[in-house]
Amino acid sequence: MIQYIFRRLMYTLPLLLGVNILTFFLFFVVNTPNDMARMQLGQKHVTEQAVNKWKVEHGYDLPLFLNTERRSFKQITETVFYQKSIKLFAFEFGVSDSGRDIGADIKQRMWPSLAIALPSLLLGLLVNIFAALMMVLFRHSYLEFWGVVACVVIMSISALFYIIGGQFLFSKLLKLVPISGFGYGIDTLKFLILPIVISVVSGLGSGGRWYRALFIEEVEKDYVVTARAKGLSETQTLFRHVLGNAMIPILTGVVVVLPLLFMGSLIMESFFSIPGLGSYTIDAINRQDFAIVRSMVFLGSVLYVIGLLLTDICYTLVDPRVKLL
Amino acid sequence: MFDVNCTRWLVLINCLLLSGCNDSMLNNPYSAIEHDKSILYSSFSERPKHLDPAVSYSSNEYAIIGQIYEPLFQYHYLKRPYQLIPLTATKMPEITYLSEDESGRLLTMRTVPETVRFTDYLIEIKSGVHYQPHPALAKMEKYIYHDLEADDLAGISTITDFEKLGTREMIAEDYVHQIKRLVHPKIHSPIAELMKQYIVGLDDFSNAAKEKNWLEFRAQNISGVEVIDKYHFRIRIYGKYPQFIFWLSMPFFSPMPWEADVFYGQEGLAERNISLDWFPIGTGPYMLMENNPNRQMVLSKNPYFHLERYPNAGESHDLALGLLADAGKPLPFIDKVIYVLEKETIPYWNKFLQGYYDASGVASDSFDQAIQFTGSGQAALTPELQEKEIRLQTAVTTSISYLGFNMIDSIVGGKSDKARKLRRAISIAIDYEEYISIFMNGRGVPAQGLLPPGIFGFEADLDGLNPYVYDWNDGYQRKSIDTAKRLMDEAGFKAGIDSSTLEPLVLYLDTSASGPDDRARLNWYRKQFSKLGIQLVIRATDYNRFQQKIRSGNAQLFLWGWNADYPDPENFFFLLYGPHSKIKTGGENAVNYQNDAYDRLFEQMRNLANGPDRLAKIHQLQEIIRYDAPWVLGFYPKSYSLIHSWYQNLKPHLMANNKLKYTRIDSVKRNRLRQAWNVPLWWPLMLLIGLLGILIFPAIIVYRKRKKAVINAL
Repeated sequence: MIQYIFRRLMYTLPLLLGVNILTFFLFFVVNTPNDMARMQLGQKHVTEQAVNKWKVEHGYDLPLFLNTERRSFKQITETVFYQKSIKLFAFEFGVSDSGRDIGADIKQRMWPSLAIALPSLLLGLLVNIFAALMMVLFRHSYLEFWGVVACVVIMSISALFYIIGGQFLFSKLLKLVPISGFGYGIDTLKFLILPIVISVVSGLGSGGRWYRALFIEEVEKDYVVTARAKGLSETQTLFRHVLGNAMIPILTGVVVVLPLLFMGSLIMESFFSIPGLGSYTIDAINRQDFAIVRSMVFLGSVLYVIGLLLTDICYTLVDPRVKLL
Repeated sequence: MFDVNCTRWLVLINCLLLSGCNDSMLNNPYSAIEHDKSILYSSFSERPKHLDPAVSYSSNEYAIIGQIYEPLFQYHYLKRPYQLIPLTATKMPEITYLSEDESGRLLTMRTVPETVRFTDYLIEIKSGVHYQPHPALAKMEKYIYHDLEADDLAGISTITDFEKLGTREMIAEDYVHQIKRLVHPKIHSPIAELMKQYIVGLDDFSNAAKEKNWLEFRAQNISGVEVIDKYHFRIRIYGKYPQFIFWLSMPFFSPMPWEADVFYGQEGLAERNISLDWFPIGTGPYMLMENNPNRQMVLSKNPYFHLERYPNAGESHDLALGLLADAGKPLPFIDKVIYVLEKETIPYWNKFLQGYYDASGVASDSFDQAIQFTGSGQAALTPELQEKEIRLQTAVTTSISYLGFNMIDSIVGGKSDKARKLRRAISIAIDYEEYISIFMNGRGVPAQGLLPPGIFGFEADLDGLNPYVYDWNDGYQRKSIDTAKRLMDEAGFKAGIDSSTLEPLVLYLDTSASGPDDRARLNWYRKQFSKLGIQLVIRATDYNRFQQKIRSGNAQLFLWGWNADYPDPENFFFLLYGPHSKIKTGGENAVNYQNDAYDRLFEQMRNLANGPDRLAKIHQLQEIIRYDAPWVLGFYPKSYSLIHSWYQNLKPHLMANNKLKYTRIDSVKRNRLRQAWNVPLWWPLMLLIGLLGILIFPAIIVYRKRKKAVINAL
C-alpha cells in the first residue's frame, strides 16, 4: 500500500503542474499584467510610469512563459510563470498582489469554512440516511411516494431560495437567530445554526434520493432475504444489515469531499457574511489578484487529489477484499 | 423514571417558551454586553485595498482613514458652500507669489502678479497634537521595536501583540516626510506623477531617493519643501495653482512619523500582514484597533486626540434641525465604530430594519420597501419606516454621468458642423428624464452643464439651461424629437441614412456593463438611438478591455462618469482640457476633446478666485461645451440615506471624509427600540414541530399495519 500511495503522490506532480499551467494560461488570457496593475493602482491619475513601476515591483515585467532575451535555463526560470508557480510546490503561497500574506489568510479563513461545512456534512449525512431508510422502510406505500415527491421538490428549488427564505423566516419574522455575521468562541454558535439547518434541508432532496437508491439496491440482495427469513424485524434488517453493507459507497462519497470542505461555500458564506475561503477566491478573481487565484486553485487541486487517495485507502478499510497494488 | 425525564423535558420546553416571552434579542449579532455603549455599527462589502494615506484614493478607504489621519485642513461640517478651515494647521496658509524680473531674480509679492513663477505656501501647525499609541513610537532610551530580530517576532501575529506603546508630538517634519513618501519607489501613490508637476524639486528628489533605506530617505531634502522649525514648513509649487489647497485637505497630505516607516520596513512584519497599509498611525479622533478584513474592522477613540470642538455656527436652518445642539462640545462623541463584513444587500437591509445597523443606503432591491413618491413627486418614506422614526436624507452628489463621443472618431467626432449636429441630435434623443425614472427610481437630476449643484458656477433654473437640448417652460423641457430629426437632416443623416453613402448610420457603444441587469439599460439606449433611425450596436466587454479601448481611442461612444476630488469647477472643466487628452497624455479627457478657445478659457478660469470674473469664464466654458456637445450631458446622481432616529448630528456632506467625529449615538434609545423590534416569536416554530409530529402518526400506523400483516401471515 505504501508503494501505491507513493506512486499516486508522484502522479500528482505532473497533474498539479498541468493545473498550474492551465490556471496561468486562462488567467492571463483574460487579464494582462497591465490590467492587474491598473486594478491595483485605482482609476484616477494612473500613469504608464506608475503601471510599469508596479509591474517591476511585483515581478510581472518578465515574459509570461518564455524569456527569449535570456539563454539556456534562464529562458524558463526568468519568466512570470516560473517565478510565481514554483514556490507553490513547497506550499509557499507568498503575498497577494495587494500585499497580504496568503498563507496567513488561508489559515485564518479555513476555520469559519470548516465550522459551517463539517457540521453540515455530518448532520446532512445523518438526516439523509435516516430519511432514505424511512423511505425504504415504507416502500410501496404512499409515504414513500410522498417522500420521493418531497425530495424532488426540495432538490428542484435553488439553494439561494433556501438561504433568503431561511433568513426571512427565522431571522426576520421569527427573530430567533441573527441574519448574518460571525463571532468568536461560543458566540459563533448562534451564527452557525441557520446556515447549517439550511445546508441540511437544501441537501435533503438529492441526498435522500441518492441514499434511497443505494439502499433499494441493497434490500434486493440475498442476505437481506436471509435476514428476514431468520425472523429479524424490518427495522433491524435495515438499520443493522442494509446500512452496514451500504457503508462502502457512503464512505467513499463522503471521504472524497472531506478535504474540499476547507474550500467553503461561496453563496452560503456570502449571504451569511462568514469569513471563509469560499468567497476568498471569487473576491481575488474580481480584484484580478493572480497570486491568490493561483494559490487557491493549487490548494483545491491538492486537496482533491488527497481526497481521491483517501477514498482508495478507505476502500481497503471497509472492504478487506480490496487490495491497493 | 419516566416521570422524572418527562418533568425535565417540560421544564426545558417551558424555559424555551419563557425565553421567547422576555425581551432578550436572540437575533442580536453583536455582543450583548455592549448594548448600552456608544458604538456605531456600519459595514463594508469589500475590504479596503489600502490604508496608507499616500496610496488610498477610494471612498471605502477614506471612510476608515478619514477618521484616523489628519491633513492640514478640513471642510467645515455645517457651512455651505463647502468651506475649508484649518484642522492641524493653526490658520489658513500664507500664500506668497514669486515672479522673475528681467535678470531672472525672484521677486516676492503678496498680490497676484501677471506672471507667477512660483507660489509659496507657508504653513503653521498646532503644537501639542500627539499620535495615537503605537509600537513604532515606543521608546525607552531608544526605540524599543526598531531593531527587531526574528526571535523578537515569535508570538507576534498582529500589531496588538506588541506590548509597549508610545506616542510623540506631531511636528512639521512629519508633513514633509509624507510629501516625500508620495514619490517613494515602493509606495505607489496615485498622485505621485501629478504632484511632481507642481511641487518644486519633487521629481528630482524622486530620482535621487531611489534605492535608499528609510533613514537615508529621511535625510534627503526636497528643494521646494522646507522645514522651517518644529511647527512651520513651506511648500513651493510651480506657477499658480489655487486648487493646491484642496489637495492639502486630502489624506495624501497627512502627517506621517518617520518612525512608522522604519518600524514597518523591518523584515518579518510584512509576512505577518503587519504593514502601514493595514495598521495606520495617525493623530485623528480614532485609531484602528482591529483590522480583520475577513470579518470586521474596529475603530476606537484615540486617547491622545487633541481638543477639537463641535462647530458653533452653520447654515440658517441647522439650529432648527438640531444640528447645533452639541455646539462647542469636545469631539468625538462616539466611543467605538465597528465595521462588519456584509457582502450582500438583503441581509444588510434586514439588519438595518432590526436596528442592528445605524444607517443604510437604499439599494434597488429594497427601494419600494423604503421610499414612496408623494403627489408632487417628492420622495418620502413608507409608513413602515416612518413608524420606526427612520429619517431620509437626500443629496445630489458632486458627480456626473455622461455618454462620451470620441472626438477623434471620423463620424461622431471632430469640429465639423455635420458631426456637431449629429451629436446634438443624439443629446436630444436620449431622454435621461426617462432613464432616471426607470432605472434609478428617480435618484438623479438631468444635467444641464458640466457642474453639479454644490460646485461654484452651478446655476439653477433658466440661468442654468442648456438651450441646445432643453427649452424653458416653467422648468426644463427636453426639445422634441422632431428638433433632433431636423438636426439629423441638416447633418446629412435623414431618417438615419447617411446621404453620402446611402447606408444606414450604425454607431457603436462601448460599455463594460454586460451583466443580465444591464441588458435592459442597454436596450433602452438602443431604443433612444432608434428614434433617430440610428442603429446602435452595443459592444459589451470586460472592464479591462473597455479601459484599453478608451486609452487607445478605439471606442466611438461610451458611458463614463466623474466624481469630484474637491469642490471646485476646475475639477470638472479639466475633463475636457485638450492637454489632458486620454490618447495623447493618458489624462482624464476621455473623449479627447480639443478646442483652443476652451483651453485658453480654462487656463484663465482655474487661476481665478471665486467671483464674478470666474463666473463669467464658467459661463463661456459651459456655452462651448453645450454648443460642441462632446458629451451627452447625462445626470447628477442623487444619494439617498436612511438614518435611525438615535443616530444624530448627521448632515449630508459630499466632500468631508472625517464626519464621524461630529456624530452621536443615543445608545439608550437604540437599545430600547431594538428590544421592542426584536422580540422572538416561538409559536410558529412550535406549530411547525407539532405539524411534523402529526405527520409521523400515519407512518406509525402504516408500520403497525405491516407488522400485523406479517404476524397474521405467519
